Formats: sequence, C-alpha cells, structure tokens
Amino acid sequence: MFKSNVRRRLWVDKIMRGAVVACALTAIIPLVWILGTAVYSGLPVLSWAFLTEEPGAVGAGLISIGPAIQGTLILIGLSSILGLPVGILGGIYLAEFGGGGWLARQIRFFMDVFIQVPSIVLGIFAFLAVVLVLGHFSVWAGGFALSLIMFPIVARATEESIRMVPWTYREAGAALGLSKMAITLRIVLSQAKKGIITGVLLSVSRVGGETAPLIMTVVGSSVFFEDMDTPMDALPLRIWRFSLQPYDEARIAGWGAAFTLLLVIFAIHLGVRYFFMQEHGGKGLRGVLHLGRKVR
Amino acid sequence: MPKRWIQRDEKPRRWLLSERIFKYATAAAGAYVLAVILVMAIQLGFESAPIWEEEGAEFVFGTDWNSVPGRESYGALPYVLGTLITSALALALGFPLSIGIAMLVMIMPKRLGRPLGYLVDLIEAVPSVVFGLWGLFVFRLYFRDYVEKPLHDTFGDSIYLFGGTPFGLDVLTASIILAIMIIPTISSISREVMSAVPHQQKEAAYMLGSTTFEMFRMAIFPYSRAGLLGAAMLGLGRAVGETMAVTMLIGNATGANAMVSSLFDAGQTMPSIIANEFLEASPIGLHTPALIGIGLILLGVGLAINVTAHFLVGRMVKVNEGPVH
Repeated sequence: MFKSNVRRRLWVDKIMRGAVVACALTAIIPLVWILGTAVYSGLPVLSWAFLTEEPGAVGAGLISIGPAIQGTLILIGLSSILGLPVGILGGIYLAEFGGGGWLARQIRFFMDVFIQVPSIVLGIFAFLAVVLVLGHFSVWAGGFALSLIMFPIVARATEESIRMVPWTYREAGAALGLSKMAITLRIVLSQAKKGIITGVLLSVSRVGGETAPLIMTVVGSSVFFEDMDTPMDALPLRIWRFSLQPYDEARIAGWGAAFTLLLVIFAIHLGVRYFFMQEHGGKGLRGVLHLGRKVR
Repeated sequence: MPKRWIQRDEKPRRWLLSERIFKYATAAAGAYVLAVILVMAIQLGFESAPIWEEEGAEFVFGTDWNSVPGRESYGALPYVLGTLITSALALALGFPLSIGIAMLVMIMPKRLGRPLGYLVDLIEAVPSVVFGLWGLFVFRLYFRDYVEKPLHDTFGDSIYLFGGTPFGLDVLTASIILAIMIIPTISSISREVMSAVPHQQKEAAYMLGSTTFEMFRMAIFPYSRAGLLGAAMLGLGRAVGETMAVTMLIGNATGANAMVSSLFDAGQTMPSIIANEFLEASPIGLHTPALIGIGLILLGVGLAINVTAHFLVGRMVKVNEGPVH
C-alpha cells in the first residue's frame, strides 16, 4: 500500500511539473506570436520614406509615420523635462532625508500606488488641468500626462539605487567636511548613476508606448509638429488610428508602426539589461527592472 | 576630492541656506505625488459634479446611455459591470498561469530560470496598443474560428454563456488578451513573494519526504497566501485600468446593449468608453461630466485595489532595508 501511494505521489508531481511548463509556454507563445507578426508584417513596410514623410491619404500610395515618430520623440523629451527632476529629487528625499519617517513612508506607499493608477485617468486629469485651462489641446498637456507616469517610476528607481551605495562612501565624504548636499550630489548620485539611468530608460520605454492619456491631450494629427499649442501625432496614437481604418494598407502600415515602436522599446530593455544590470548581477535592481514596481 | 567643497566651509551661513533649500526641494519633490493624487481626486470630483447632481445614484446603477441633446441620460452600470467581468475573467485565466510560471522559475536551475523570468517580464514591455493590434488583426480571427465557433456550436443552445454569434470582438477575446497582459505582473510579484518563504519551511517539507509539488503545497503556498493574494490584486488593478487593448477588442457596445449576457457579446469597460467617447463629447451638456464621472469611479476602484494589494504584499515581503554596512 505504501508503495502505490508513493507511485501516485510521484505521478502527481510529474503532472504538476508538466502543467507548470505548459503555463510558461502559454504565456510565451503570444509574446513570440506578436513579435513574429510584427517582424513578418512590419519589416517589409519599413523604408526611409515610411519613417520620415507625412502620411498621405489612404489609397494615394504609401502611408507614412514621420509625424508620429517626431511626436513621440517630442513627448518623451517634454515628459522627461517635466518628470525627471521631480522623480530624481523625490528619490533622493526617500533615500537620504526621509528615511523611515512618517512622511517618507506615505510618499513611498502612494508612489507605488500611483504607478498603478489607470493611465487614462491621468489623461483626464491632464485634460482638466492643462487643456481646459489653456483652452486648447496641446503638446504641453500630453507631456504633462506622461510625466505623471514617469516621475514615480524614476523616483523609486532612484531610491533603490541610492540605497545600494555603501554607507562608508557617505562617511568618507563627511570626513572630508563636505555638506550633505555635496555628498548626495557628487558622491552618492555618481555612484548610483547606472541604476538611475536604468530607471529613466525604462520609464521612457513605458511612456513611449502609452496611448490612453494621449487621446484627450495631444489628440493626433497628420502633419509635422507646428507648435506647442496645437495637437500633435504620436506613434501609439497613430497605430490606434490605423487599426480603426478598414483598409488593408492601413493595417499593414499599422504593423510597420508597431514594429518601429517595438524595436525601440525592446532595444531599450535589452540594452538596459546588458549594459547596466550585469554589474549587480541584476539582483538588487530587480525592482527597477520591473518598471519600478518593487513591492515591500 | 576637489578643493572647492572644503573651501565652502568658509561661508557657513550661505552653506546652511543652500543646504536647507536642497533638503526642502527634495521633500517637495517627494510630496508632489501626494499633491497630485489629492488635486486629481478633487478636480475629477468637481468637474463631474453636474452628472452626480443630475443623475444621482442612477449614474452608477442606470443602464441608459444617450448623449443626444435634450434626451441625455447617463448610466454607467454596463461599463462598471463590463470592467468587473473582463477583469475577473482575466484574473481567473491569468492567475493560475502566473503562479505556474513562478513555480517553474523557482524549480528550474537559475541558469534557465532567470532568462525565462526575464522573457515573461518582457510581455509587460509590449505596449497595450500593440496587443490590441495583434488581437484585432491576428488573434481574433483564429480565436473566433477555432475556439468560439466550436464552443458556440456545441454548447450554444444549452449553456447560455456561449449563446450569441461569435464575432471575435467580444468580452471573451478582450479577457484573454487582458489575461496575457497581467501575467508578468502577477508572476514576478508571486515569484518575489514565494522566494521570501524561509528556507527552513521548504527544507522541513522535503525532510518529511515530500515531492517538489507537495513542498509547494505544504510549505510555500500556505506561508505566502497573503502575498499571492496581493499579487492577484495588483494584476486585477492592472486589468481594471487597461485601456487600449480592451477598447480595440471588446466590440464597444453602449448603453443597455453593453449589458453582456453571453461571453460572445460585445461589451464595454470604463476605460474603453472614456477612450471611445471623450473626444466626441460636447463641452456643453452632460456628456463630458459623465465620462469624467466614470474616470472618478475608475480612480476610486484603482486606488482601492492597489492600496489593498500593497498592504497584502507588504506584509509578506520584508526586504532588508537600508545601506550595506
């Protein structure tokens, strides 16, 4: 009787191992399928004209995504200008000044929560706070909405990487008579540089793929950037617009745009992994890798 | 060290001032997040006030959705339910898969487990809109022909969940895409939570002669229950707020039509109705306030889910804090 029990238990174990492998395959297959389709349908569309020109009317030959790429770059730049200083300073506060105090704990907690707030709500907020105040759709509103996604990720990444700087470095600085500010900016930040850059790059890749908050802020357009106070195009928005058109051309152009977007985002992710993560064996910075979703 | 930092000591008063400014600047930057959340909640509440005054509780429990001037009527119930149904389905499908992946990464040799974990995390890097594009032009067609139609033909008459004509743009397709999208969130956090189980627990289970799976069942799952629940909640939070992929796949019914009765019905969620109608809403009238009101509900739901999740996970994972000594 004992023997048959063991055999059954070993079978259950084997079945569970099989099931667990099946789980992993089920998750990986869609990823491979998406990337495969993007390469298969998107790669042939790519050409210099596709990437740099204004989109023509459907049916008039080539559809291009020049303004969309330009718009996404502008939005990333603007949201970085608005979001990075706040994010990095906030991270410094959490790691260097706040410690385990009440305010710091609240800030840390709400940053983690804020990272998860539905991005379309941030879009509505930017609409109310910027579009309604200025009276028109604008690049500002889009950049503001995206900066709200960016800054908590950067702040938590900054905090995590500052925490990894050995305490003795700060003491060495203090022993030289440096002020706290000098120690933080010159010693600690320069040591934590790689982690912070990692966080920034990952937040950029996240922001670059966001669509929802752009719908009611920069709206979309089919011409190149004019000025900060007019609607503008962006790559994810353009993909969405393509998907709404019932033409084969639009579908193919959509895959071309998706391929471009994926290429940039995956380049950032792989680049980050190979150039910045190896030093720490990817261990301490795991929270940064998970797009700032470190939980504690 | 360059000399000039030391020289700054010669002007103590100025030194202190810049020091203080720096400290308060960082504190202000940190507190920014609290201010944003507060202002956001107040502003969403303020701007959606007209709809709450006009409809009252009807706004949450009504099913009419009509934006024609003069006949305006707004009830968000179908969208609230749509969000609940798609997220719950996504969680039901995605949670077991995620736990399975986390288990696999834990029992695999590190050399294989790490790349696998990284690959799963990469799913998160794929933008929502690309998921939508793939779902719309590729996945939906196969899913409709090879899963939905057979299900409908076999069970359509007997089980009413499978009634309705399979078209591919429906609640089930959207839920499945959502399930894939929340897998990286749940699996990476449950991995973290399960690795936090003390080694003694696992060794004790092994010592009693358990197989690997029994070790999970006896030692790891009971110990990390709260954390796994938190991971599921975080996944749920992600599913609730997911906009683009759902908007492109759920079929976008409005009003009473969006009250789904079968898995093959077109539906609508809170984020997708906002994405679909926000630009078309006229600034006069109640359409925009109604959509902002939905945004307010979404914010409330999102905050509630995530706050609960962080409490649950935080209780479980105690990362060693502080600098290396």
